[in-house]
Amino acid sequence: MVTVDPPNRPPLLQMRGIVKQFPGARALDGVDLDVLPGEVHCLLGQNGAGKSTLIKVLAGAHQPTEGEVLVDGEAVTIATPVAALKLGIATMYQELDVVGGLTVAENVFLGHELATGGVSRRREARRRTREILARLGHPEISPHREVGSLPAAAQQIVSMARALSHDARVIVMDEPSAVLDSDEVENLFRVVHQLTAAGVAIVYISHRMEEIRAIGDRITVLKDGRTVARDLPARDTPTRELIRLMTGRNVEYVFPPSQELAPDAPVVLDVQGLALRGAFTGVDLRVRAGEIVGLAGLVGSGRSEILETIYGARRASAGTVQVGGRRLRAGDVTAAVRAGIGLAPEERKAQGLLLDEPVYRNITLSTFGRFSKGGLLDERTERRIAEEQAEALDLRPTGVDRAIRTLSGGNQQKAMLARWLVHGCRVLLLDEPTRGVDVGARAEIYALVRRLADEGAAVVVVSSEIPEVLGLSDRVLVVSEGRVVHEGPATAIDEHAVLDLVMEGSAA
Amino acid sequence: MSEHQLSAPPPGTPGAPSGPTSAPGSAGATPAPPAADESARVERVARGSGGRRGGTGGGSARILGLVVALAAICVVGYVSAGSRFASIDNMLVILSLASIIGVLSIGMTFVITAGGIDLSVGSVLGLASVWATTVATQTMADQYGWIVMVLCALAVGTAAGVVNGVLIAYGRVVAFIATLAMLVAARGLAELIAQRRTQLVNVSSFQDTFRGDLLGVPKIVWIFAVVAVAGWFLLNRTTFGRRTVAVGGNPEAARLAGIAVKRHTMYLYALAGLAAGIAAVMMLGRTGAGSSTNGLLYELDAIAAVVVGGTLLSGGRGTIVGTVLGVLIFATLTNVFVQNNLDSSVQQIAKGAIIVVAVLLQQRFTSRTSRT
Repeated sequence: MVTVDPPNRPPLLQMRGIVKQFPGARALDGVDLDVLPGEVHCLLGQNGAGKSTLIKVLAGAHQPTEGEVLVDGEAVTIATPVAALKLGIATMYQELDVVGGLTVAENVFLGHELATGGVSRRREARRRTREILARLGHPEISPHREVGSLPAAAQQIVSMARALSHDARVIVMDEPSAVLDSDEVENLFRVVHQLTAAGVAIVYISHRMEEIRAIGDRITVLKDGRTVARDLPARDTPTRELIRLMTGRNVEYVFPPSQELAPDAPVVLDVQGLALRGAFTGVDLRVRAGEIVGLAGLVGSGRSEILETIYGARRASAGTVQVGGRRLRAGDVTAAVRAGIGLAPEERKAQGLLLDEPVYRNITLSTFGRFSKGGLLDERTERRIAEEQAEALDLRPTGVDRAIRTLSGGNQQKAMLARWLVHGCRVLLLDEPTRGVDVGARAEIYALVRRLADEGAAVVVVSSEIPEVLGLSDRVLVVSEGRVVHEGPATAIDEHAVLDLVMEGSAA
Repeated sequence: MSEHQLSAPPPGTPGAPSGPTSAPGSAGATPAPPAADESARVERVARGSGGRRGGTGGGSARILGLVVALAAICVVGYVSAGSRFASIDNMLVILSLASIIGVLSIGMTFVITAGGIDLSVGSVLGLASVWATTVATQTMADQYGWIVMVLCALAVGTAAGVVNGVLIAYGRVVAFIATLAMLVAARGLAELIAQRRTQLVNVSSFQDTFRGDLLGVPKIVWIFAVVAVAGWFLLNRTTFGRRTVAVGGNPEAARLAGIAVKRHTMYLYALAGLAAGIAAVMMLGRTGAGSSTNGLLYELDAIAAVVVGGTLLSGGRGTIVGTVLGVLIFATLTNVFVQNNLDSSVQQIAKGAIIVVAVLLQQRFTSRTSRT
C-alpha cells in the first residue's frame, strides 16, 4: 500500500466547509474532506452523522447550502448526477441502484449508453461489460443476464461495474461490503488496489474496522454533520480513539431517572424464539410492566425487524409473541393493536403519518373507531381527546386542525406517541424515537416514554444512538447480525463496550 | 359524455329517453348564473382558508373553482343557445344525462381516494343490466315483483366488485390489471348471456317504478341525488370514509395503525361494483332494455369526472361534491354542444382539453399550498 505523503501530491478532490440545510434539519454543518489521487480515504461516522448526505452532495444529487467543492484545485459546481460523472466522480450507493428488468450490460452502461447516431452498440457494450466484470473477478456473470434474476451480491458487483465503466477518478463506495461474503470482499479489495495503483481515489465508507485497517490510507471522521477529525492514518489510529471521535458527545442528553421495578411487576410482553427468515433468529425477550428495554445495534442488524415482527407487521418464521399471557397471531397488526401494542415506526413519515391530514386525525388514527357510534364518526369527541393530548404533551404549534406535515420532527413524534396514549397501550415499541428530533424535544420525549412506563406500559426502544439506548433503558440487549449477543442491565455496560460488541459481531 | 349520450338528439327534439323536453321558451325563468356573486364568494373563501391547511383546508377553494367552471359553461350555453339551454326542462335533461355516470363516479371516488382504480364499472353495468333482464329473472320478477330485478342487478354488480377486491387485496394483483381483466371478462359474459340481443324489460311494475318523473324530476335523477348524498355521508362522516382516506393517504401508516387495509380494499371494490349495479338499474329504467353494450366506456367518463372533481388519482384526498360537479361539468358541456348542433368529435376534443386543464390547475394549486 502506498504511504501517503501529502505535500507531493495535490488533493484530487477537496470539500471545504460544506453545509447542507434541509427544511427543519441541518444535515451537514461544516464538512471538510481532502482526497488524494491513488488513496483509499475512509469516511467514518455513526448513523445520522451525515455520510449519506455528503455522498449525495458529491454525486450531484444534493446541492450544498454553503461551502465549496474543488476538483484539481478548481472550484466546481456539481449540479446534477451527470455533472458529477463528467467530473470523474462515480458513486456506488448502499442501496442497490440497479434496474431489475434490464440486462447486466444495459445496467452497466445505463445513462451513458454506447451509441452511434442513436443506435446502441450493444456488442461493444457487452464486450466492455465482460472486461470490467473479469477485472472484478466475476467473469461468470453474463452480460446478457437480467439483473433482477441475479443474487444480491452479484447485483452489487454489477453496481460496482457501472461505477468502473465511467473511467472515474474518484469512486465513492458506500458500504460496498455489506452484502458481500469474505471471498467477494477479497475481490473487492483487489479491484480497489488496482484502481488506486492507477491513480484513482476511493472514498470508502464502512462500519467494519478491520476493513478500514486492511484497505484504508487515511480516515476522516464525521459527527453530527461536522468533520471532527481529518486525515488520520488508517492503520495506526487506535480503535478507541476512533470510537471516541465518532460518539463523543457534545450534547449531554437529559434522561429521566429510572424507577425501581416493583418485584411483582407482571411480564406484559413475552417473546420466545422469535425469528424472521433472513433477518434474525432466536430472539427471547420478556418485558415487565414499567420496564424499558433497549435494543442496540447497527442498521441492518435486525433490530427494527425484531420490533416489526413483534408488532405483526412482518410474519415471524418461528417463535411466539404473548401480550398479557395471550398469544398473538403472527403477521396480524390489527390483532396486535387490539391486544394493546403500539409501534412508533422508524420512518415516521413513510410508515406512521398521514402527512396531509390534520393533527387530530393522525392522533386518533388507531382509535377513531372507538369514538364512533354504529360507524358514524364523532369528530367532536375525537378532536377534544386529541386536543387534550396535544396540550398535555405541549404539542407546538397549537391547533390540531393543521396538517401534520407542517409540524417539526419532534412534534410529529409527540403526535405519534399521543396516538398510543389515546389508545392506552400496554406494550409500546419505539423505533428510533428521536430521529430528526432536536435536542430540546428529545428530553421531552424521553420524559414521556418514562412516564408511560411508570404508568405500567412495557416499553421496547430501538435506537442507533447508543447513549440514548443506555440512558433511557433499564435493560439492554445488543443485537448483531440478527442475534442477541448481549443482555444485561443498562447501568452495567458502557457505550464503548456496546460498540465493541456491535463491531465484533458484524466482523464475523 | 360517452358515445351513448353523444348520440342524444339534436336541439329542439326531445332529449334523453327519460327526459321531458323543452317547449322552447317555456322556461326563460331560469336566471343566468350569478357570476359576480360567485367570484366574490370565491375570494372570501379563498382568503378564509388561506391561513390553515388541514385535510379540508384547500377543499372549498377547489370546489368553488369547479362551480365557476360550471357557471362559465352555463354562460356559454345561455349566450349560444339562449332559452333552449336555460330552461328547467333542459336542466333536467342535463341532470338525467349525468345521473348514470354520476352513480358510477360516486363509487369510483371511493376507489380512487383509496389509491386504486376500477376500469370495470362500465362492463359490470352492462353485465348487471343483462343479468337482470334474462327471461328467468323477469319471470321471477313477474311473480315476486320488480325488486327481483333490482336485487339481481345489485348482486351481480357487488359480486363482480368482490372478485376485483379479492384479486387486488389478497391476490396482490395490481388494480389496473385486475379490473382490466374484469372489464373484458364481464363484457364477454354479458354477450354470452344476452347472445348479443337486446333484452327488453317486460315487467311493467319495474318500468312503473323507475321510468318517468317524481315531483317533476326524472326518477333516475332522484336516485343519483340519493346515492350522492349517501356517498358524501359515507366518505365524510363514517369510519368507513376515514379508513378510505387513510388507506389512500399512506397505506403503510394505516396498516401499522391497526387498520385492516386488505379487508377495507376489498370493501371498496365491492362498493364500486354495487354502484355499477345501481347504475344498471337506472339504465334499465331509462332505456327499458338490457344489453351487453350498456355502459360501454363509461368507466373512462367516471374516472375523468372524479379526477376533474379534485380527487387525487394517487389517493389520500377525495371529494364527493367535486365528483358531482365534475359529472355535471361534462354533462353540461355535452348539452351545450348538442344544443349548438356541433360535431361530437369537436366535443371530445374539448373534453380532453378540460381534463388536462383541470388537472394542471390542481397541480399548481397543490404545489403552491404544500409549500406554505
